[in-house]
Amino acid sequence: MTVLVFTENWDGKFKKLSFELVSYAREVAEKLNVSVVALSIGEVDEDELKKLGDYGADKIVSITNDHLKTLDNQVYTKVISEVTQKENAKVLILSHNNTGKAIAPRLSVKLKAALGSGLIRLPSEVDPFTVYKKVFTGKAFANVILNSDIKILTLSQNSFKLISSDNKATIEEYSTDIQASDIKTKVTSTDKQTGKLLLTDAEIVVSGGRGMKSSDNWGPIEELAKLLGAATACSRPVSDEGWRPHEEHTGQTGKIIAPNLYIAVGISGAIQHLAGISSSKYIVAINIDPDAPIFEAADYGIVGDAHKILPELISIVKENLS
Amino acid sequence: MRIFVCLGNVPDTTTKAKFTENNSVFDTTGVQWIINPWDELALTRAIELKEDANSSVEKVTVITVGTKSAEPTIRKALAIGADDAIRIDAEPNDAYAVAAQLADVLKDEDFGFVMCGIESCDYNGSAVGGMLSEFLDLPSVSAVAGVEVEGEKVSVSRTIDGGKEIINIDTPFIAIVHKGISIEPRIPAMRGIMMARKKPLNVVEASETELLTDHKSFELPQPKPPCKMIDPENVKELFDLLQNEAKIM
Ligand SMILES: Cc1cc2nc3c(=O)[nH]c(=O)nc-3n(C[C@H](O)[C@H](O)[C@H](O)COP(=O)(O)OP(=O)(O)OC[C@H]3O[C@@H](n4cnc5c(N)ncnc54)[C@H](O)[C@@H]3O)c2cc1C
Ligand SMILES: Nc1ncnc2c1ncn2[C@@H]1O[C@H](COP(=O)(O)O)[C@@H](O)[C@H]1O
Repeated sequence: MTVLVFTENWDGKFKKLSFELVSYAREVAEKLNVSVVALSIGEVDEDELKKLGDYGADKIVSITNDHLKTLDNQVYTKVISEVTQKENAKVLILSHNNTGKAIAPRLSVKLKAALGSGLIRLPSEVDPFTVYKKVFTGKAFANVILNSDIKILTLSQNSFKLISSDNKATIEEYSTDIQASDIKTKVTSTDKQTGKLLLTDAEIVVSGGRGMKSSDNWGPIEELAKLLGAATACSRPVSDEGWRPHEEHTGQTGKIIAPNLYIAVGISGAIQHLAGISSSKYIVAINIDPDAPIFEAADYGIVGDAHKILPELISIVKENLS
Repeated sequence: MRIFVCLGNVPDTTTKAKFTENNSVFDTTGVQWIINPWDELALTRAIELKEDANSSVEKVTVITVGTKSAEPTIRKALAIGADDAIRIDAEPNDAYAVAAQLADVLKDEDFGFVMCGIESCDYNGSAVGGMLSEFLDLPSVSAVAGVEVEGEKVSVSRTIDGGKEIINIDTPFIAIVHKGISIEPRIPAMRGIMMARKKPLNVVEASETELLTDHKSFELPQPKPPCKMIDPENVKELFDLLQNEAKIM
């Protein structure tokens, strides 16, 4: 028996997310006393694959097939369930990101395996198999029992620590017989920025709300973000107004993130906004209104005018961090 | 072509989470029920497509697994502009069971595509859309931020890290939608509310299905320690706390 973990790569490289998943899989496997198999789909070189071993994979199954270059949910489901069966996996772990959300539920039906999605910590028990997840968009948590032979878990990003191990993983190539005709979703064009720090990957996020008053006032938010190596974000009205791009909107109907630090400037802290950021380790609020609800969610707060506080904060960071 | 929109009936997004029976059951007293926000946006897009002369969409049907208590929510969808509705009569307790029940009805229907939301705002499963696709053995695209229909041809835009891609796909398929599918949900107009009363709401019996999960108990978050307030004349203190206490910088 094994725990199988699906590790995504980005142009042949793994990210912190992939190592988080493997670390998590290792701990789940310890509880069950079984080994960890990591599955990698796509062109990834041997040195990079071996890194999965450093976080606890015993074996790496690598699949390179031209037809798997873009994500076709149906075909990925077929391939991953083949590997699940071949490796006799009893627990299958994916990220709770766009890819995981697209394929984990399909795998659940294909393998008749209960799905525990958006998990934020290790299963509290393995018999009955009980997982812990956010519900009501972060307003509560649930203990959910998974009643099936195979279990599928999706792990929320940034909610598990990296644990390195001195494992030496073996690498095995696996080939599947996917044909071009199996792909029913044809990607006809791609429009993407490379090299930009993604909001979901950022350790620090600087975010502006309607209190910034206009798109012309974003200079200090961007400058502070740059100094801190942070990504920028915003509240929903800000992206609705077109002050900032839609990818930046955080909250219940935007991105759900869990950085180490979230700096909310001119954001009132509506419940739907908090739904996207409440898992941040630290929240800083800068708001002119002492009664703004954001201060109930924040760890550190300053009541003041953003247009005055931000430039001061920027010069302090410049003085102290360079 | 016909579009189906799956509707979840969920507590209003500002509802306080409260539980009864020793924290094992969600307390529904005083709860306002709404269309799951993603489904409301999906429905809005579906109706726009129906109104678009270049598209062959001619009918929008909403479908829900729920008890009679979900009917006001379904009526609201009809008032917004859906043509008809199907309610599968069962308590929606488990994503796998809900998807199986939806599939059991949809397998006999003719449609261009089915729209589901990426997640419901109560149990946050992010599950039903993908499960339904697999039960029906149909292609699915998730993280869909836009749908275009030109005559009989359908393309969707999918969010990827750092951008988006356009995907061409043959009907029938399942679109699992998220941010961008439409910006503002439509609200019912007076005329729509009047008409909704006469639109068909068909109730069908649910098929027998297994449940794979059980929400055993709930917990509320630990209260946060109060926010440390920093003197606006002393911004340096914020930096020091972040550096020495939070150990972030
Ligand atoms: C179904 C649904 C889903 C939603 N989803 C989301 C979501 O995903 N994300 C989201 O963000 N919202 C969402 N909303 C909207 C949400 O309810 C709030 O309206 C929104 O978050 C408010 O944005 P804001 O804080 O930027 O603006 P406001 O609420 O207008 O707050 C602006 C703040 O700026 C402060 N301010 C003003 N001037 C200054 C100054 N000079 N310096 C410092 N502070 C200043 C004010 O005191 C105020 O607190 C949703 C709503 C609904 C109904
Ligand atoms: N009881 C239900 N009836 C119909 N559709 C549902 C139901 N529950 C969830 N859905 C659909 O599945 C999506 C994702 O829900 P979930 O998997 O519960 O997070 C929702 O946005 C709806 O489109």
